[in-house]
Amino acid sequence: MRLASRGRIDRSVSLPFSFDGKLLTGHPGDTLASALLANDIRLMGRSFKYHRPRGVMTAGSEEPNALMEIGSGAAMVPNVRATVQELHEGLEAHSQNRWPSLSADLLACNDLLAPFLGAGFYYKTFMWPRSFWERLYEPAIRHAAGPGRLTTDPDPARHEKAFAHCDLLVIGAGPAGLMAALVAGEAGVDVILADESSEPGGRLLTEQERVGGKPAADWVAATLARLAQMDNVRIMSRTTVAGAYDGGVYAAHERVSEHLGARSKDLPLDCFWRIATRAAVLAAGAIERPIAFPDNDRPGIMMAGALRSYVNRYGVSPGRKAALFACNDDAHRTARDLQEAGMEIAGVIDPRSELPKGDYPVFSEARVVGTRGRHGLRQVQVQSASGTTSLAADVLAISGGWNPSLHLSCHMDGRPRWDETIEAFVPRPGAVPGLFAAGAANGVFDTSGCLSEGKRAAGEALATLGVAAPDWLLPEAENQAGSGKTLWLVEGRARAWLDFQNDVTAKDVKGAAQEGYDSVEYMKRYTTQGMAPDQGKSSNVNALAILADATGRSIAATGTTIYRPPYAPLPIGALGAGAQGKGFAPERFTPSHAACLARGAPMIEAGLWYRPSYFPAPGETTWRESCDREVRMVRSAVGICDVSTLGKIELQGPDVGLFLDFVYANGFSRLKPGRVRYGITLREDGHVMDDGTTARLSENHWVMTTTTAAAGQVMAHLEMVQQCFLPRARLRFTSTTDSWAQFAIAGPRALEVLNTVLDNPLRPEQFPFMACGAVRVGGVEARLFRISFSGEMAFELAVPTRVGASLWRLLLAQAEGFGGGPYGMEALNVLRIEKGLLTHAEMHGRTTAFDLGLQKMLSRKKDFIGRSASERPGLCDEGREQLVGLISRSREIGLPAGAHLFAPDAAPERINDQGYVTSSAWSPTLERHIALGFLRQGRARHGERLRLVDHLRGVDVACDVCDPVFFDPEGGRMR
Amino acid sequence: MLIPCPLCGARDLREFTPKGAAVTLHRPDVGAGLDAWNDYLHLRDNPAGPTRELWWHGSGCGAWLVVERNTLTHEVSGARLAEEEAGA
Ligand SMILES: [Zn+2]
Repeated sequence: MRLASRGRIDRSVSLPFSFDGKLLTGHPGDTLASALLANDIRLMGRSFKYHRPRGVMTAGSEEPNALMEIGSGAAMVPNVRATVQELHEGLEAHSQNRWPSLSADLLACNDLLAPFLGAGFYYKTFMWPRSFWERLYEPAIRHAAGPGRLTTDPDPARHEKAFAHCDLLVIGAGPAGLMAALVAGEAGVDVILADESSEPGGRLLTEQERVGGKPAADWVAATLARLAQMDNVRIMSRTTVAGAYDGGVYAAHERVSEHLGARSKDLPLDCFWRIATRAAVLAAGAIERPIAFPDNDRPGIMMAGALRSYVNRYGVSPGRKAALFACNDDAHRTARDLQEAGMEIAGVIDPRSELPKGDYPVFSEARVVGTRGRHGLRQVQVQSASGTTSLAADVLAISGGWNPSLHLSCHMDGRPRWDETIEAFVPRPGAVPGLFAAGAANGVFDTSGCLSEGKRAAGEALATLGVAAPDWLLPEAENQAGSGKTLWLVEGRARAWLDFQNDVTAKDVKGAAQEGYDSVEYMKRYTTQGMAPDQGKSSNVNALAILADATGRSIAATGTTIYRPPYAPLPIGALGAGAQGKGFAPERFTPSHAACLARGAPMIEAGLWYRPSYFPAPGETTWRESCDREVRMVRSAVGICDVSTLGKIELQGPDVGLFLDFVYANGFSRLKPGRVRYGITLREDGHVMDDGTTARLSENHWVMTTTTAAAGQVMAHLEMVQQCFLPRARLRFTSTTDSWAQFAIAGPRALEVLNTVLDNPLRPEQFPFMACGAVRVGGVEARLFRISFSGEMAFELAVPTRVGASLWRLLLAQAEGFGGGPYGMEALNVLRIEKGLLTHAEMHGRTTAFDLGLQKMLSRKKDFIGRSASERPGLCDEGREQLVGLISRSREIGLPAGAHLFAPDAAPERINDQGYVTSSAWSPTLERHIALGFLRQGRARHGERLRLVDHLRGVDVACDVCDPVFFDPEGGRMR
Repeated sequence: MLIPCPLCGARDLREFTPKGAAVTLHRPDVGAGLDAWNDYLHLRDNPAGPTRELWWHGSGCGAWLVVERNTLTHEVSGARLAEEEAGA
């Protein structure tokens, strides 16, 4: 029912929305929960296990009952708490965990089975027979389990992630948080004030109080205006700080446009923040503590503070006649506020004897012992010294006191402390380094105390930053926290609910103690108390107290479980913002990318790079046809290949040679300017890391190339070698992979093609094999390297990336005039296998220079990374698996990579394993299936016949062992 | 977790790559013998408490750092350039 006045809502604007298909209206300023209450809808959900009808219990993010599906189709979000969902035009909400409808839920029959479904039921029942698990138990449990449904469609929402940095993060903008932000803001440090509500102010927006001589809400407005004028203070509303991590890093979730009906395309739905701060103030307030009593879960029963929120902040009443069951003075103002708002008060029930007076029936030394009302509260049964009475009431407000919201203080394993004086857990100072709790979160509940706590905590935080806190006069405010006593449970025959989300009762907790699960951690797991998405925010302390009582211990001795991040449920989409689809990994494109696509080349991924597999010619229908043609083209005429993806590292300085001597296993310092050398690098453990060529462009200027795959690893390695082992060497280097477009021109007619693009054509003797030098291409400075990865005469021509695409087009046009064209990765691979050249299929991290047949490259004249380990006897033992070539005895059957090698007469079993295949190809040059692989003592076994078996692909074929260089072993063609 | 890079200031963990114990800096001579090399390559302490590790600021300045960290509390108490330590 909407009240005629009160509340921070705009009654002049009507917002249409729907709930379970029914069209309703609310106002700006409403939450979904308050708007439903205004429409007299009290039944908002069904409980998870027993499908009990449930209404809204709180007005904040701790809400256990009112979970909704918001939106529809792919954009539907389940398990949204109606208490934090702001109302907007067109909002579409559905109740969940019910079938077929909220009021007639057939699974509510679980409730009748409750005597059999108590805590531990699953553990005891679904034990055996084992085979029943997969076929019967699990599908049945899964069907009934889990609040809410997930859509299986891709998430259409745009999420965002961002970083923020500040000196002080203030978590919560109630009285303590606002005061902390004011003091720190005045001190001049960078402040972020994060608050999870739609409006900062906390309970000051809810309570009928005065601060600094004016209504509390006015003081909030004035304070926010003052903070807004401070450039060093940033206020983040709708931002839930969800986790505290090492080094002052906090996770936060900001609802950016989720609350808007008409959403701008420019705004993300929400944003996941990582906030790095030097200090923090935890001013998250407190969560009201329920009292468990028989049948305490009917719609209409809610927390007293929540009821005040609905009446005072949202201008709604969940009913017409209210009762209050509380054991502290603070809660009694609920009755006064309701009466002022025009509601009838059926009675105030309090177990204490000395009570505040009021103009309504007051039952002292009394308890609520039962309730009535099927889909909503109708009647409250009260037991007092004078006997039992029934009160007609459709609202019952509960307060058992307050639990400080200390959750974040537990995120780094810190356990809270039980404070006997206020009978509540409070944060342990230092539990999260740099985090200072203040106000209600620190167990100080009166407004005046909260204001002074905020000032104190800000001062302590500023002191750790070496900044003096400014003098600040605190405004006057209410300073009576009031007295109270604890009451955890009213015993009775009917069930008294603790964890509403997981349907845990007081009896379940006692049962756990009886069955020996008397430690708090065991009790939690046995009963599932506190294990629902709300992490037992409202109920854990009551459960602990009941466990303590059942085991005859104090609460302090019983201890508590701790809270983990996130404080409130976070959308996975926000955590993974930016990583959907192509955002998962960056894409790197070569200068020829567009031209390759235009020729219809299928692209394959090489690390983050995309490279063309092959270039289909008219009439070709399989990749093999194209690949074979491209290989023959390179061997007989000329081919062009984009090799820009190779890692390129430029080194300059007088000590580059010395540095490379230490990095490479073979020597480099005596390489002459204008020459290129092939080298291998080892890891310090003696295994091969990478290979490549390094060119000495001039006395002090070198260019190193790495394989595409290892470019990043080699760069990191060079940085380490220089900084950790040769810090005094005079050199600098940087990666220039992206700065140069580099094209291989390979084949007998390579020089002819090259000369068509060079400003000054070359004669072959001018530029011998393994030469390098500066050339000009159309007036552009370029670099030329005469190196070959195909075994043919070949050049690699490098130009600045900006002219790469033009040069590619030019080279292709020229090559085609000589019977050539582009070739892709497939042909590149066949060409190098025919020549026995290595890739990371062979240098796979477990092979040594010895295994690869490169042992002669290991210099004995100098120290280098990996030298000592490479000389270990085990790494150069003749019995090791050594690189060999393999030729299939069959014209039809290839030698797949991953296949294993066996003696011809041996059973193809692991124990008889002789080696394995690493690279495989059909060689159009040899017209045979060939492969590279590793074979035990392989170099001594050329000419031997072996059995090759691939169990996975069902291949079993004979092959011959040979030298890994299949074609032109003397290398005459490339020279 | 933040690591205070001496060149860049306090930076997020994800800009860095760990590379194990900082004993890597103390590379034996080429003739030190197999035992010394085995120790250097393979044998590591597993301290509960303060430890010194090599981290690479790969998504930042590229510096290799010696980071002092407590394995029990995750507290990072300092970082200096490996270059300085190696050159000392
Ligand atoms: Zn750095």
